[in-house]
Parts: sequence; C-alpha cells; structure tokens
Amino acid sequence: MNRHRVQAWLFFGSLALAILLQLTPLPQPLLPFKPFWLALVLVYWAIEVPDRIGLGFAFLLGLFGDLLTGQLLGEQALRLVVLAFIVLRFRSRLRFFPMWQQALAVFALLLNDRVVVLMIRGFSGDPIPPPVFWAGPFVGMFAWPFVFLLLDDLRARLRAKDT
Amino acid sequence: MALAQPDKVQLFAEGGVSTLRLIVYLTIAMVLMVVDHRGEYLERLRAMASRVIEPVYRVAALPADAARAGRLAIVTQTQLADENRALREALLLAQVRLNRMATLTAQNERLKELLDVQGDLGLGVRLAHLVDIDLDPFRHRVVLAIGGNQGVGVGQPVLDAHGVMGQIVEVLPGTSVAMLLTDPTHAIPVTIERTGLRTIAFGTGAIDRLLLPNIPRSADVKAGDKLLTSGLGGRFPAGFPVGEVISVENDESGLFAAAAARPAAALDRSGDVLLLQDLPQPMGPPAPEPATPEGDAPPPPAGAVPAGSPVAPAAKPPAPEPTP
Repeated sequence: MNRHRVQAWLFFGSLALAILLQLTPLPQPLLPFKPFWLALVLVYWAIEVPDRIGLGFAFLLGLFGDLLTGQLLGEQALRLVVLAFIVLRFRSRLRFFPMWQQALAVFALLLNDRVVVLMIRGFSGDPIPPPVFWAGPFVGMFAWPFVFLLLDDLRARLRAKDT
Repeated sequence: MALAQPDKVQLFAEGGVSTLRLIVYLTIAMVLMVVDHRGEYLERLRAMASRVIEPVYRVAALPADAARAGRLAIVTQTQLADENRALREALLLAQVRLNRMATLTAQNERLKELLDVQGDLGLGVRLAHLVDIDLDPFRHRVVLAIGGNQGVGVGQPVLDAHGVMGQIVEVLPGTSVAMLLTDPTHAIPVTIERTGLRTIAFGTGAIDRLLLPNIPRSADVKAGDKLLTSGLGGRFPAGFPVGEVISVENDESGLFAAAAARPAAALDRSGDVLLLQDLPQPMGPPAPEPATPEGDAPPPPAGAVPAGSPVAPAAKPPAPEPTP
C-alpha cells in the first residue's frame, strides 16, 4: 500500500513539475527552445507504466494544460492524445530501444506534435510561426535521456527502499 | 503495477489502446476546440477555475522571483550606486520636462475651455506587477498580478515607462492576461509623429519588431520616425509612444511600402507595468445613428479599420469602430 502511494507521489509529482516547467519563464532568446516537458514526462510514464496512462488520462491532462495556458480548449488535449496513442501503440518496441534510438523516436514524436500544432493553429486562423518553432523537438530529443534517466533512477531508488 | 496483471501483457500487440478510442477522443477534442473557437467559453471556464489556476501561476513564477532576488542580493554596491545615479538623472530630466508640461497643460486647459472642447488628458494609472511565467513562446502574452477584484477590465491599455506595451485580453479574479503589441494577432492604430500619417502597426511574433504594411509608396516615411498611438478605434489613448521605424522597404507586390519598427516599450524586460484605469474616450467620428439614411454616414478614417483590437479570432473585444 505504502509502496503504491510513494509511486503515485512520484507519478503525479513529476507531472505537476512538468506543468510548472512548462510555465516557467526563460530569457527571451531562449524561449522558443523550451521543450514540451509535459509530453516528455507523459511519454516516460506511458512507456513504463502503461496501465496508468490511457488515452483518457492524456486527454484530461491536456485539458488541464489548456485551462492553464488559456489559448484554445482542447488543443493540448488533442496533442497529448495523439502522442499517448502512438507511444502506447509502439510501447513494446520503444521500451527495448537503446537510448539514442529512443531519443530519435521521441524526436519524431515531438516533430509530429509540432505538425499537429501547426494544423490546429492553421485552422484557427493564426499566422505561420517563425522557423524557430521547429527547434522545440531538437531540444526535446536532447532532454529526453535526462528525463528518462532521472525518472528511472528515482523509481529504482524508491523500489529499492521498499524491499 | 505492470506486474499486477501479467496475463494481459502481450508482446508487440496493440496493448490497451484501440483506434476507436483514439477517434472518440480526437473527435471530442476537435468539438471542444471548434466550440471554444466560436463561443469562447474557455474564458468563463478559466474564471471558474481561477482558484486552481492562480496559485499554479504563482508557484510557476517562484523560480524567476527567486532568481531575481538572488541577483539583487549579490549585486555589488558600486553597481547599485551607478544605477541609483542613473535613475536620479532620469528623474531630474523627467521632473524638468514635467514642470514644462504643467505649464503647457494649464495653457491647454484654458484654450480648451475657450473652445469648449470636451476630452480629458487626465490619466488614471495603476501599477501592476508582472507574474513572471510564460504561457506560450509563440504568443506574446504576459500575466499581471492584479485582476477583476482590483477593477481590471478587458481592453485596458498596458504601458511602461517608454511606451505602450499592449492591452488586457483576459481577466481572472486575481490575475489578468495582457497581449503584447508584438503578438502576431495584435494590431494598433498609430500615427507617424513627423508627418501625421495614420497607419496600423501589426505584431510580428518577434519581440523586437512591429510591421507597418500597406503604406502608400508616395508617403513620407523614413527610418527613425517615431510612432505614436493615434487614438483611433478608441482603445488606446492618443499620443503614447509605440515605436520607432527602423527600415522602409517595398512589399512583395511592389505597390505599397512596408515599414518595420521597433517597439518603444521594453517588452522583454519584466518588472512593473502601468495599467490605464479609465478607458480613453473614443475619438474620431461618432457612431452613426441606426436610423441614418443610406450613404449619410461619414466614412471611417483610413486608420480605423482594425481599430486597435486584436485581429485574433480568439479575442474579440467589442471595438467601438464606426460602421458605415
């Protein structure tokens, strides 16, 4: 019971931290390079504990994100549902990829996410974003190993403490 | 947890996701987006959820606040003294200018009384602190630490010491969201100080750049021209600095000139901003009577078309623009 609770803390804590990181300001020139933290953490949990992350969970998480950023209700929900679907579909393969292949897969996921954003914003009449819009997935790719190792290490430690 | 149901684990299988559920969720998301785009109920929802949203904003701003406090703590005394001296000089200059302005204002008042003109230059401003968070890197919005409880309303202009920063687009009970001039969906009616030419400055999405498209090629616009708010559209009061033209080029069609300008306000430096309290009186021709016969209404002035309101479909504040 206790173990479950600790794991749940880590799970929700990491998601909350991702949401806060998403809102945290950066110096203006660095701003477009901010990775989609929420997606990275979601991908980690979808790979590791898929029975916690369903499409419904991704959807609700995205709705909460939309509520916070206040742009268009459903935008992040759609993005995260697409992301979670792809990860869950290819989970068994992604899980046993070496790190660099995993990072490449995450890059592809985030690139796909960018295309989804572009479509949504295009339909809602926003102008085409500047080229630096496409920088996010690269940063996300380089951030992925750190996110993965950090969360994996924390989980392993918690597990070791329990036994 | 993954081991809880070992019999359900299938290698290289679809897992727990079916395409049907994906389609259902995608449809819900799209319906939500379309309904929100049309009805803008997200703002109402946000107002209801503000008890959750506002603490999250404050927490997200904590690291930046801590960083600023840390920088302040380790700044050397000479730096502080230098800054103090610079501020003192600026204050002195401002005082001198203010004193001169006071005479001019008095003179202006007298002249206006003579002419029996209504219209008030008195400005009620209030200081607002920025909550240092980033909502979306590609939309230029800032969050202010005051909101509906302090009497903030949608459409209020936001200024800093150097010029216009933007306008309030959303109000929550304890915070409000302002759209900056440089947001790609923002437009502000301006006049060029030197020539009085009226035009519109659009945001570009780059924090240091505004775009003034569709200037007649014969118009007299040069790099270095100052842009002021024209007051048309009634959203921004007239005469506030907006920016400075940095280059003028022909646009793609070759029929018009397009100028690039640099915003006067320090948009990318967070700190305190001023919020104009009372909305400026709409200038320009009054709105025509509904019963006016056809063709009798005065044509709107050239600069008043988007009327200082964001052209974003997401934010449609009612601009008091004259419709012929």
